[in-house]
Amino acid sequence: MLRPSSSLLRRGHGPLWRNPTVRALIVQIVLFLALAIFIGFLVHNTLANLDARGINTGFDFLDRRAGFSIPQTLIEYTSNSSYGRTFVIGLLNTLLVSAMGIVLATVLGFLIGIARLSPNWLLARLATVYVETFRNIPLLVQILFWYYAVLRALPSPRQSLSLFDTFFFNVRGVVMPDPQPLPGFTATVWALLLAVVATVAFAVWAKRRQSRTGQALPVYWIGAGVIVGVPLAAFLLTGAPLEWTIPEMAGFNFRGGVNILPELVALWLALSIYTAAFIAEIVRSGILSVSQGQTEAARSLSLPGAITLRKIVIPQAMRVIVPQMTSQYLNLIKNSSLATAIGYPDIVAVFAGTTLNQTGQAIEIIAMTMAVYLVISLTVSFLMNLYNARTLMKER
Amino acid sequence: MPHKNKSLSLLTVAALGAVAATQASAATLDDIKNNGEIRCGVNAGLTGFSAPDENGRWSGIDADFCRAVAAASLGEAESVAFTPLTAKERFTALQSGEVDVLSRNTTWTATRDNSLGLNFTGVTFYDGQAFMVSKDLGVSSLDELNGATICIQSGTTHELNIADYFPANDLDYQLVTFDTPDQTAQGFGSGRCDVLTSDSSQLAALRLQLDNPDGAMILPERISKEPLGPVVRQGDSQWFNVVKWTLFAMINAEEMGVTQDNVDDMRDNPPNPNVARLLGKDGNYGEQMGLGSDWAYNIVKQVGNYGEVYERNVGTDSPLGIDRGINALWNDGGIQYAPPVR
Repeated sequence: MLRPSSSLLRRGHGPLWRNPTVRALIVQIVLFLALAIFIGFLVHNTLANLDARGINTGFDFLDRRAGFSIPQTLIEYTSNSSYGRTFVIGLLNTLLVSAMGIVLATVLGFLIGIARLSPNWLLARLATVYVETFRNIPLLVQILFWYYAVLRALPSPRQSLSLFDTFFFNVRGVVMPDPQPLPGFTATVWALLLAVVATVAFAVWAKRRQSRTGQALPVYWIGAGVIVGVPLAAFLLTGAPLEWTIPEMAGFNFRGGVNILPELVALWLALSIYTAAFIAEIVRSGILSVSQGQTEAARSLSLPGAITLRKIVIPQAMRVIVPQMTSQYLNLIKNSSLATAIGYPDIVAVFAGTTLNQTGQAIEIIAMTMAVYLVISLTVSFLMNLYNARTLMKER
Repeated sequence: MPHKNKSLSLLTVAALGAVAATQASAATLDDIKNNGEIRCGVNAGLTGFSAPDENGRWSGIDADFCRAVAAASLGEAESVAFTPLTAKERFTALQSGEVDVLSRNTTWTATRDNSLGLNFTGVTFYDGQAFMVSKDLGVSSLDELNGATICIQSGTTHELNIADYFPANDLDYQLVTFDTPDQTAQGFGSGRCDVLTSDSSQLAALRLQLDNPDGAMILPERISKEPLGPVVRQGDSQWFNVVKWTLFAMINAEEMGVTQDNVDDMRDNPPNPNVARLLGKDGNYGEQMGLGSDWAYNIVKQVGNYGEVYERNVGTDSPLGIDRGINALWNDGGIQYAPPVR
């Protein structure tokens, strides 16, 4: 926008307002000032009006006692915690369902996207039906379907469906054993970390070796073996220091064990299945964007189909897929705010719902909630852009 | 010249903002008279308080109170635009001026009265938080609810009361929080929760929505005081007085025996000076509030006195069948009491 100011110093080429650089500068200054005054006016006006109407303002409420309880808390929370804490609890619940949704939607989406291109007639048609069904039904309706039509049809706790008498499915969700680490369990955790580091190092070394000698090593199999085997060995050597609390029916509900709320399951399934339909189309378009010649060339080198897909087609398809996936991930995160329709305690239901209503400080709370979604989205966008930069075509 | 256009449109927006910001917030009564109707925030569906009946007409105590305010201020009880609101939306709707009065089974608390820029004008129904359980559970008191899952409506005082009461009595519980009363009733009906909690009057209404109302019972305990009343914006004393005295007129009318049927006779031949003052035959009590002298006559003639409105909507003749209890008049064993008109 601004050009180097050298032309600013050159006089004698007509009046100052004829100089495009000066003109651009002045317009920008005026615009900036107008915007600043406008925003300042809005803030001042809002505060003055709130004050005139006797409505509390400010962020002091964040330190006050909340006094209500929340059904799902990933970290310690009681009704004696502060309103600020309810913000964190809601945020973590939003992040939990978003992360779970992104993982499942990605896996499902890739499988269905590839299935749509399958030469198998039935598989390809089924994938088409999936995509056309789920992306054309509003997400809210799907959430309500999973919650009211599917999960509400499960039996009451006393008549739970059970799996080996350790997993129980009922109208209140899934109850499953809760692992309680005993002393000595840390060895297993360290072994796992060590195995992951070793595998990464091995993968880097194997890649260098391959580019030097042309010989490939089975990195995936060795890596998987190390990551599973080493911690398992450490776990068994230290005497399996893990205790499982098996849920038992007592009184109204199951005691012990972890309870996964049906609200979480319904929201997770609906978000994943809905977003997967879009991801499938993105994956399909990515794969189709890779020129047919690439596959033909691979075939003429007699590369097997699986390797052609994994090493030739998908890496090139990723250049088309990744930027669009970013949008889908952002949509999924923002759509998770529909949680409030079925009572899943996400940040909108807890913080912009109950906390807002109990304190009445709508402007502060809505501003904080919007800022949270903005920060989450910008972070995801940033990470995906980093990944996208890596998948770009390397010009040689 | 894209830059100039942009700054021009920004200035326009700023100017519009300035106009919107300077609009007067006082003189609600004048605005209402100009518009010819009052905008009343009510519950979207709570039998006995405010719910559309089979003809699509809003009925219930809260809806009738809106009509009483319209009768007093406009002389026409049906000049009401009803706005259904959820518990979460209600205060914002009133603060932002979307409704003129909120008559939506709202509990009067210190926070709501003092920090939201709102004023409660009185109590139309004295209530308390109660608990409904399925009869199959074989539970007869609150102490036996240890470990129960409880359905509750978000944005209510109930959320706070429960977090006070259960820990103090060493009871474990799990909450399922929904946005609307209907959702809580569905959750209870489908077995998602063992217990449904709300104001006892609301539970009586929600019980009727269940597939098998006789299978559920309301436990005898009340764990809180829930005085439900109408709310107006702070800073408009005239309107505050109109809404406040609408309820007082209804209570006074019941105390004096003025009913929808006999109000014409009573006005023509007042049996005593109290009735003459209430019905505008003596003094200028309506004019003092900026209303006509027939303000109270219109309320009783078109809507009824407090007792009539109560019996019609929630009383023993209605499907809810709630006894007057503490909502009876002060001289009849209850605590409904209104200052005199004089």
